[in-house]
Amino acid sequence: MTLSQKFVILRKQDIFYKNTFHFQMSLNQIAFIIVFIVCFSIAARQYRRLYRNIHFGKEEKIEGSEGQRWKNVLLVAFGQKKMFKRLLPAVLHFFIYFAFVITQIELIEIFVDGFTGHHRIFAPYLGGFYTFIISFIEILSVLALIATIIFLARRNLLPLMGKPISRFQKTEMNGWPKLDANLILLGELALVTGIFLMNSADIVLQDVDPAHYHKTGSFAISGFLGPLLLDAWPREALVLVERTGWWLHLITVFLFINYLPKSKHLHIFLAFPNVFFSKLQPRGEMDNMPEIMNEVKSMMGLLVEGAAEMEMTDDFPEFGAKDIFDLSWKNIMDAYSCTECGRCTDNCPANLTGKKLSPRKVLMDIRDRVEEVANNIDSQYDHFIAEDKRKTAQRLDPSNYDDQKSLFDYISREEIHACTTCNACVEACPVMINPLEPILKLRRYEILSESAGPADWTPMFNSMENSGSVWAIPDDRDAWTKQLTE
Amino acid sequence: MSEETIKIKTLSEVHAAGEKVDYLFWVGCAGSFDARAQKVTKAFSKIMHHAGISFAILGTEESCTGDPARRAGNEFVFQMLALQNIETLNSYEVKRVVTACPHCFNTLKNEYPALGGQYEVIHHTQLLNELLASNKITVEGGKFAGKKITYHDSCYLGRVNGVYEAPREILEYLDANLVEMKRCRTKGLCCGAGGAQMFKEDEPGDKRINIERAEEALDTDASIVAANCPFCLTMVSDGIKAKEKQDDVMVYDLAELIVQNNNW
Repeated sequence: MTLSQKFVILRKQDIFYKNTFHFQMSLNQIAFIIVFIVCFSIAARQYRRLYRNIHFGKEEKIEGSEGQRWKNVLLVAFGQKKMFKRLLPAVLHFFIYFAFVITQIELIEIFVDGFTGHHRIFAPYLGGFYTFIISFIEILSVLALIATIIFLARRNLLPLMGKPISRFQKTEMNGWPKLDANLILLGELALVTGIFLMNSADIVLQDVDPAHYHKTGSFAISGFLGPLLLDAWPREALVLVERTGWWLHLITVFLFINYLPKSKHLHIFLAFPNVFFSKLQPRGEMDNMPEIMNEVKSMMGLLVEGAAEMEMTDDFPEFGAKDIFDLSWKNIMDAYSCTECGRCTDNCPANLTGKKLSPRKVLMDIRDRVEEVANNIDSQYDHFIAEDKRKTAQRLDPSNYDDQKSLFDYISREEIHACTTCNACVEACPVMINPLEPILKLRRYEILSESAGPADWTPMFNSMENSGSVWAIPDDRDAWTKQLTE
Repeated sequence: MSEETIKIKTLSEVHAAGEKVDYLFWVGCAGSFDARAQKVTKAFSKIMHHAGISFAILGTEESCTGDPARRAGNEFVFQMLALQNIETLNSYEVKRVVTACPHCFNTLKNEYPALGGQYEVIHHTQLLNELLASNKITVEGGKFAGKKITYHDSCYLGRVNGVYEAPREILEYLDANLVEMKRCRTKGLCCGAGGAQMFKEDEPGDKRINIERAEEALDTDASIVAANCPFCLTMVSDGIKAKEKQDDVMVYDLAELIVQNNNW
C-alpha cells in the first residue's frame, strides 16, 4: 500500500466515525469544551495571581552561565539527581514522576479527542508504536499506583503502627499540610483508575464493536484486565465504563490544575524554573550589601568617586527583610516550590536537637504570609492601605500596603537565632530551594534595622569593632609566635 | 627534638627586607588567641617550616575576617573589618593565602572578591595534602598506622566549599584506619558553632548540637577524631568531655596529627 492509499483509507475511516458517532460525540464534545473553558479560565486567573505574588518580592538579577542552569534543570529537575540521596523514596517518587510525564501523551490525545470528537485519534497514525506507548504508560501507571499506595501508607499507617517518619510529624505539618498531602495522593489514585477503566473497556469494545472502536493491539495491562473483568458485559455498560474512565482522568487533571496553586503539589511545575533560577554563586557567599559597603568606605575615606552613597532621608533606612516585600522574588518562588518533604528539617542540626527552627516551616511561613497579603490586596479594603497614604492612594497595592503585621508574626526570633548556617538544608533540598537566605535576611533586619538580636552578640560585635577580634583579649595577635620552637 | 626557635616573620618585615613569600598564613582569631587553636597554628607553622615553604603572617595587622558578624546579620561590622583587611592585603600585594580556619577560608575566598579583594585562598588541609603528595614532607614512622580515626567534616570546608577528599587523603598518608561517622561528607553534622552560635547561648532545645556530634563520633569506636576547624575542635572536645570520654578519645587537627607522627 502506498502512503497516499493509506491516507485515503484513513480519511474514509475519519468520515465514517464522524457520521456514525455524530450525535453521541457532539454531546461529549460540547461537555468537554464547556469544562475545558471553565477550567482554564479559572486556572488562568490563579496562575496570573501566582505570578504577581512571586513578584511581591524584590527584583533580583539572576547571574551566571545559562549552560550551567540548563544542566541543573536536566540533572536536578528532570533527572531528580538530588532525590537519589535516599534510594527508596527516590525510586518510588520517580515512578510517579515518570508516569506523570509520559501520561501527558495520552492526555494530549484525550484533549484532541475531546475537541474534535474523535476516538483515540493517534491510534491509526501510530500503529504498533501506539500500542507500545500506551502499554508503556500502563506499566508506569501500575508502578505509580504501587508508589502512591506506599506513600499513603507511609503517611497514614506508619503513625498508627507507632513507627511514624519524624519529618512528616513535625508541628508545621498539622492540619492542612497533612490533608493536602493525602488529597494529592488520592488524586493520583483517581488518575490511574481513570486510565485503566478507559483502556480496559476499550479493549473489550474493540471486539464487541470493531466498527466504532478500532483495533489498537493489546495493551500491556488492560489487555489482560479488560477481558478478565469486563468479558461479556453489554455494549452500553462497556461504553459507560469507557466514558467514566475518560472523564474521571480528565476531570481529575482539570481539578489538579486548579488545585495546584493552593497546594504544596505546585512543585510539579515550579521545580523546573526554580532549579533554573537557583543561584550559581558559591554557597558560602552571602549577598553583598553595596549601600553599607559604600557607607563604610566613605567613613574610611576609601570611597571611589561616582559610587552611589547611601541616600540621606529622614527615614532611617531599612536593611534585610521584615516582610515578604523585602525578600527577593526568588525567595518567594522558593516558598511556592516547596513540596514540604522535610529533608531540610530532617538534616537541620538545630531541629535535630530539639530547637524550634525548622527550615521547611520558614518556607511554609513565607508562602502563608504571601497568601495572606495577596488575599488582603485582592480584597481592596482601604483598611489595608498604610495610614499616612490613605488620602493619596488610588488603590491598595504593595507600595502602600500595611496590615500591621510582618514575617516576624510567622517566624519567631528564637527560630532564626538557632541557625548555624551549616547549609545542610540547602544541600538537602531536591529542588534547589535556599532556606538559609531568608533566615539571614531576617537576621539582618533584626540587627541592622532594629538594633536588636541576641544579647550575647553585643560584646562580640563590640570586640570586633574595637579590637578587630571576636574576643576582647589583651594579648597581641602574634603572641603565639614567641613560644614556637622546633 | 632540638630547641631552636622558629622565627615567624610578618609581612611588614618581609616587605621591609624587600623579600617575597609564597604564602600569607592567615591565622584568624581562634588560631591567634584560643589556647587550643594556637597549638594547631604552631603545628601548621612547623610543617611549613619543615617543608621549606616561605610564608609570613600579618601579625598585629590582621583582624577578624568578619564572618561571625556577617552571619549574625551585622553587615556594618563585617564591612568595617573586611574592607580594612582588604586594604592591608592589597597594600602588600598578597596573591596566595593559606589558613587553618574554614570560616576565614570561606570569607576570604568567596566574600572578599565582591569587596575588592581577589586572592588565591586555600585551606591548610589542602596545602598539607599537596605537600604530602609532592613529597615535600614525608610521613616517618607509623604512629597512627592502622589506628581507628574518624574525620569530622566542618560545614564551611565540606558542604559549603566542597572539600571532602584532601583531609581524608592526609589520613591515608598517615596509614590510619578511617572510620566514617553516620553523618559524613555532604551529610556531615555541624558541630554547632557556625553562624555565630559559638558566641551565644543555645536556643532552648533537647540537647546541644556538639553532644549529638560527639555521640556520633563515639559510636565509631575511634580513639581519635580528626578535625580541620578551630571551632569544631572546641565543640567536639567539649561534647566528648560531656560524655566523660576525654581520656579515651582525643580530638586533633590534621596538622597536629602529622606533627605528632613525625615527632616534630
